[in-house]
Amino acid sequence: MPKRLASSLSYEVLEHVFSFIQSDKDRNVVSAVLCKSWYEIERWCRRKIFVGNCYAVSPKMVIRRFPQVRSIELKGKPHFADFNLVPDGWGGYVLPWITEMAGAYPWLDEIRLKRMVVTDESLELIAKSFKDFKVLVLASCEGFSTDGLAAIAASCKNLRELDLRESEVDDTSVHWLSHFPETYTSMVSLNISCLGSGEVSFSALERLVSRCPNLRSLKLNRAVPLDKTANILRLAPRLVEFSACTYSAELRSDVFSNLAGAFSNCKELRSLSGFWDVVPDYLPAIYSVCSRLTSLNLSYATILSPDLIKLVSHCPSLQRLLVLDYIEDSGLEALASNCKDLQELRVFPSDPFDAEPNASLTEQGLVAVSLGCPKLQSVLYFCRRMSNAALVTIAQSHPNLNRFRLCIIEPNTADYLTGEPLDVGFGAIVEHCKDLIRLSLSGLLTDCVFEYIGKYAKKLEMLSVAFAGDSDLGLHHVLSGCESLRKLEIRDCPFGDKALLTNAAKLETMQSLWMSSCSVSFEACKLLSQKMPRLNVEVIDERGPPDSRPENCTVDKLYIYRSVAGPRFDMPPFVWTKDE
Amino acid sequence: LIATFPNIYISTTVQYIDLSINQSAINLQSIMVFEKDLNLDATELRLGLPGSSEESLRISNKRALPDMNDDSGVAVAKKCDQETAPPTKAQVVGWPPIRSYRKNSLQTKKTEAETGGMYVKVSMDGAPYLRKIDLKVYKGYPELFKALEDMFKFKVGKYSEREGYNGSEFVPTYEDKDGDWMLVGDVPWEMFINACKRLRIVRGSEARGLGCVV
Repeated sequence: MPKRLASSLSYEVLEHVFSFIQSDKDRNVVSAVLCKSWYEIERWCRRKIFVGNCYAVSPKMVIRRFPQVRSIELKGKPHFADFNLVPDGWGGYVLPWITEMAGAYPWLDEIRLKRMVVTDESLELIAKSFKDFKVLVLASCEGFSTDGLAAIAASCKNLRELDLRESEVDDTSVHWLSHFPETYTSMVSLNISCLGSGEVSFSALERLVSRCPNLRSLKLNRAVPLDKTANILRLAPRLVEFSACTYSAELRSDVFSNLAGAFSNCKELRSLSGFWDVVPDYLPAIYSVCSRLTSLNLSYATILSPDLIKLVSHCPSLQRLLVLDYIEDSGLEALASNCKDLQELRVFPSDPFDAEPNASLTEQGLVAVSLGCPKLQSVLYFCRRMSNAALVTIAQSHPNLNRFRLCIIEPNTADYLTGEPLDVGFGAIVEHCKDLIRLSLSGLLTDCVFEYIGKYAKKLEMLSVAFAGDSDLGLHHVLSGCESLRKLEIRDCPFGDKALLTNAAKLETMQSLWMSSCSVSFEACKLLSQKMPRLNVEVIDERGPPDSRPENCTVDKLYIYRSVAGPRFDMPPFVWTKDE
Repeated sequence: LIATFPNIYISTTVQYIDLSINQSAINLQSIMVFEKDLNLDATELRLGLPGSSEESLRISNKRALPDMNDDSGVAVAKKCDQETAPPTKAQVVGWPPIRSYRKNSLQTKKTEAETGGMYVKVSMDGAPYLRKIDLKVYKGYPELFKALEDMFKFKVGKYSEREGYNGSEFVPTYEDKDGDWMLVGDVPWEMFINACKRLRIVRGSEARGLGCVV
């Protein structure tokens, strides 16, 4: 754009134009690339920021750059923390951020956190500092208790959303729900499904639900019994999302008809989840809403295939299904013929640590869904066997796949038909699915699969690798070929110093790299750290100082991420950097 | 967050191998051929902890249960007493990749469910999966058989003391406390549920000559 034209547009006009640019990527382009005045205007009118790694930048820097933020999203620990690979105490503390923002952003109204350590002190600070606070999402967080929740409930008069999905909350026996004053009526979305049974009072819950007319999403915890469930549904007939609760052991017709009646009242219900301990006899109680359901999460329900088939045959509008492997191939075939709008499928293992499979779920189920559901885009599938032929079929029938995560439970499992590695199958996935942004590999894989990935997966942003590859060549293919790669996480692969050092520059273009139980030496980590000052190279090793071990000893865990904030100040003793 | 970083040239004292793609393609091909020639034993199991050595991770054709690939329909050659459980593996940390939240849910369910019940594993020849059932929920053999028939889609057939399950394609058997495999139905129900360690539904031809309580 010619300079003349840019400067002739007034501040107000540009700000108005920018307000239509919602995506972070596009806003970054606007501010970084074009010209100084656009940079200035953009930074003053930017309201929403996303920080994918809380250590990539410091709160002070963010505040300096964007003085008028209203909504922030922060992520802390690396993804593999979900699987207990990151020791406790590693980091991801939100308090420094809240402390800085309390002073700088009095109008902050949304905080979304993932995998961070949140303390009661942080929650109390949020409650005190932000007068118009509206949205608090704590996903997979920990470190806080019901005391902190009580502070939020008591002070945040305009709170619309409180979502504690999959967080760990300590129960201090405080009836925190009762701390919402009687005058509080703003709740729109409440997710407390992670709380234990002691942490929720039914009467307080019912009172809260009955006075919040805008409540659209309610996810309760396991301990709410069926008759209470019916009551709550009757109090909130305009719910769009609901997480159902414990089902009692025997079918009682009065409870059943009460529940069925309550559900049939909820004409706007589109998403159901929960279903812990559900007894199949009660499932028909939800049939009245099934035809409108777009999302169903049965991944905690031990319902077997025949009942699952009955259920999904009532749900023709389903777009998203999460389920256990009890659904079996036959259930997935039924899904494929009934649910033509399906976009996302996740199948979890019911008994992942048992050596024998306890449900007849194989690659055939996934192939059936692939062939039957033209809109399928996102797959997460745990199974015990796979073949290249199946993967090729899936790839060819679904060029529009954007997320494909396959977990063959036993590491190094070959193609069960041919005994060969699954390189060709995954190669087909990356070759045909040109829009693939997320991929997780499993099974027997050689360096070959990484060659395919480097060659074809040009839009891939996140790759997860375990027990795969033969040599540094594998890692080199990925780092040198995948242009859009942001996050790479690797465990138990024979990748070492050479590939890492050869591709050091690439690491600065990525958000982060995780490598555990690989073949990287401490020497290489120190070298990398010296040569790349804008990378934080963290060696996570609880065994003691890495350089106290023999030269050829490899590091336990390695987490490398780009940062403009420099080394962090809150490193625990088991994190080693070049300065140790 | 910020615009692209400039490329940085690194000079180090480490020797790099030539990592050009052409050469690697040739190397890869030869590796693939080599692995085929190796003809790794289908049942070879390595129990090394991950990362300990590359070889310990090279397990091919794992877990191909013989029944699944048996095209000829001939009854599986496994004898009852040969059916050993696979060696227990040291559980690998963080594998399979299941979130702690989900794992905890499964655990609670398992312990809640299994206290007070008499859970036994049930397998059937030719079926690539196991089931677990709680013997306590059934009042007698007819109910048990109905449940098994529903679960595995077969018919138990008629039982007679003299001839066993004559004419049935599949026959239910159980392993008792002494490790012997017996026909299901030959002892009173109460005695059976206390003695039964696991159930196996075998092909009719296999069941001949199974020990019966006289």
